[in-house]
Amino acid sequence: MIEVRGLTKRYGGKVAVDDLTFTVRPGVVTGFLGPNGAGKSTTMRMILGLDAPTRGSATVNGKPYREHAAPLREVGALLEARSTHPGRSAYHHLLALAQTCGIRRSRVDEVIDAVGLRGVARRRAGGFSLGMGQRLGIATALLGDPRTVILDEPLNGLDTEGIRWIRSLLQGLAAEGKTVFVSSHLMNEMALTARHLIVIGRGRLIADAGVEELVAGAARNRVRVRSTDPDALAALLRSPEVAMSHAEDGVLTVSGLSTDQIGTAAAAAGITLLELTAQQASLEDAFMTITRDAVEFRAPTATGAKR
Amino acid sequence: MTTMLDPAAPASPTATAPQRVTQARVVRSEWTKLRSLPSTAWSLLTTAVLVVGFGALYSMVRVTRPPRQPAGVASFDPTTISLSGVQLAQLAIGVLGVLLITGEYATGMARTSFVAVPRRLPVLWGKTTAFALTTLALCVPATFAAFLVGQSILAAEQLDTTLDHPGVARAVLGSALYLTAVGLLGLGLGGLLRNTAGAIASLFGVLFALQIIVGFLPETWSSQISRYLPAPAGIAITGVRPDPTSLGPWTGFGLFCLYTAIVLGLAAWQLRRRDA
Repeated sequence: MIEVRGLTKRYGGKVAVDDLTFTVRPGVVTGFLGPNGAGKSTTMRMILGLDAPTRGSATVNGKPYREHAAPLREVGALLEARSTHPGRSAYHHLLALAQTCGIRRSRVDEVIDAVGLRGVARRRAGGFSLGMGQRLGIATALLGDPRTVILDEPLNGLDTEGIRWIRSLLQGLAAEGKTVFVSSHLMNEMALTARHLIVIGRGRLIADAGVEELVAGAARNRVRVRSTDPDALAALLRSPEVAMSHAEDGVLTVSGLSTDQIGTAAAAAGITLLELTAQQASLEDAFMTITRDAVEFRAPTATGAKR
Repeated sequence: MTTMLDPAAPASPTATAPQRVTQARVVRSEWTKLRSLPSTAWSLLTTAVLVVGFGALYSMVRVTRPPRQPAGVASFDPTTISLSGVQLAQLAIGVLGVLLITGEYATGMARTSFVAVPRRLPVLWGKTTAFALTTLALCVPATFAAFLVGQSILAAEQLDTTLDHPGVARAVLGSALYLTAVGLLGLGLGGLLRNTAGAIASLFGVLFALQIIVGFLPETWSSQISRYLPAPAGIAITGVRPDPTSLGPWTGFGLFCLYTAIVLGLAAWQLRRRDA
C-alpha cells in the first residue's frame, strides 16, 4: 500500500509535482501515466525517500520509506534509466545490494535466473543492451521479495516478448497480493497491464480510476458507417448530442449514437448501409481527451483573469 | 532470453531472514562493490606500483651520486628516499577515493544504493571502513616493500638504514597511514561535492594549491601558517628526522586526520540533507 497525501515538489520556482493525493492498493497492478515531464519519476523518488517533498507526505506500508528497518523487504524498485555502475557485473551488483540486509547469496542466483540473465550475469553491466539493463533492474526490484514493487518505465527498450513477459510478471505479483505501481507513457500497453490508473499531467492529478471506467468516461465510443449516401445519412443523424466527421469516401465517423440507433434510422430512411462498426476508444484516446481537458481547464481562467 | 517467471508461482521461495539493514552488513556490501570494479583494482595496483617503483627508481638515482661533503652526508635520509613514491601515490589513492563516491552519483548507482539503505549514512560509513581497510592492507606492505627495496639499492654505497633506527619504522608505517588518510579525504570530498572533476580539483587544491597560496604571504606569516596546512601536517609522519619548521609526526598526522574527519562530517551532513 502506497499512500500519497498532498505531495508537492518545487525546484526553485518550478513546480514539478503539485499537491498529489492518491492511494495505490495491493492486489492489482496500478499504472502511473502521464506525458514525459509530468512528474512521474519525481513522485516515485519522493515515495522512495530519495527526494524530500516540499510539502505533503508519502508512506509505504504505513511508514515513510526511510523509517523501515528492512527496506528491501518492503519495496523493490526499478529506477529510471540505468541505476547500475557500468563497470560492475550484474551478479556483483545484485550481491552488493543483497548484502546490505543479509539476503542470502542463492537468492541472487534465483532472481538472475528469473529474469533470464544467467548467461551474462558475470559480464559488466555497461555492455548490456537496454532490454538487458531493464531485466537487471527488474531483478534488483525482486531481490528482497518485497511487498511493494515500484517500477519506473519498465517497458522502455523491451521487445514485444519482453513486454509480454513484464506484463505477466506484474500481474503475477499483483495476484500474490503485492502492491504493484508502474509508470509508463505507453498508454495502450498500460491498458493491457494495469487494472487501475493514476494519470497526472504537469504534476497534477488528472484521473484516478479503473481502466474501463476511465476509457468509458473520458472518450465517447465512435461508430464507423459506410453507406451509399453519406450526406443524406449525416442530415438524418444530425443533433446537438451527436458529433460526426467525414472520413474517406462514403464513410462517416459518428459519436453519440449506438450502432443500433444508426442502423434503425438508416433502414427507416431507406439508406443502404455497407458497413457499420463500433470502434472502441483506446486508452490513448482517453488519455488525449483527459489531458486536453486539463489544458482547456486552464485557458478560460487565464482569459477570465485578463478581463 | 526466454526464461520466464511463472506468474502463477510465487516470484520466489519466500525469503526468510528478517532482512534488516545493519552497519556491518553495509560494510560487507561496500567491500563487494569495491572489489568488483576493475577500475578500483587498477587504481590500487597503480598506487602500490608507484610507492615501490618510484622509491626504487629514486634510490637508484641517488646511489649513483652519493653525498661526499659532510653536510650532504649528515642530511642524507635513506628512509625518505626509499619512500619518495608516496608523493605520487597519494594522487592515485586520493583520486580513487573521489571516484568511489562520484562514480555512484554519475551512473545513478547512488539511487539504487539509497533505496537499499534509505538512511544513507551507513553507506558513507561503510565505504569509509571498506576503503580504509583495503588501502591499509595494500599500503602497509607496499611501503615496507619500498623501504626494503630502496635500502637494498642504497646498500651498494653503504647509504642504507634499518628499521630499528629511531623513527624509521614509524615513518614507513606512517607513510601507509598517510596514504590511507588521503584516500579518505578524497572520499569525503567526493561525497561532499558529488562531482568527479570538482572533487579531484578540490583534492589537489587542498594538497598543493594551499601551500602555493600561503607561499605568497610574507615570510614570517607563511612559515607560521604552512605547518598547519593539510599536506605539510600530514606528511610530517613520513619523515625520520625532526624538522623544526613542521609539526611533530603524530601531531601533524592527527591534524590531517582531523581535517579529513571534518570533510567526511560535512559529506554526511549533505548526504542527509540533499536529494539523491
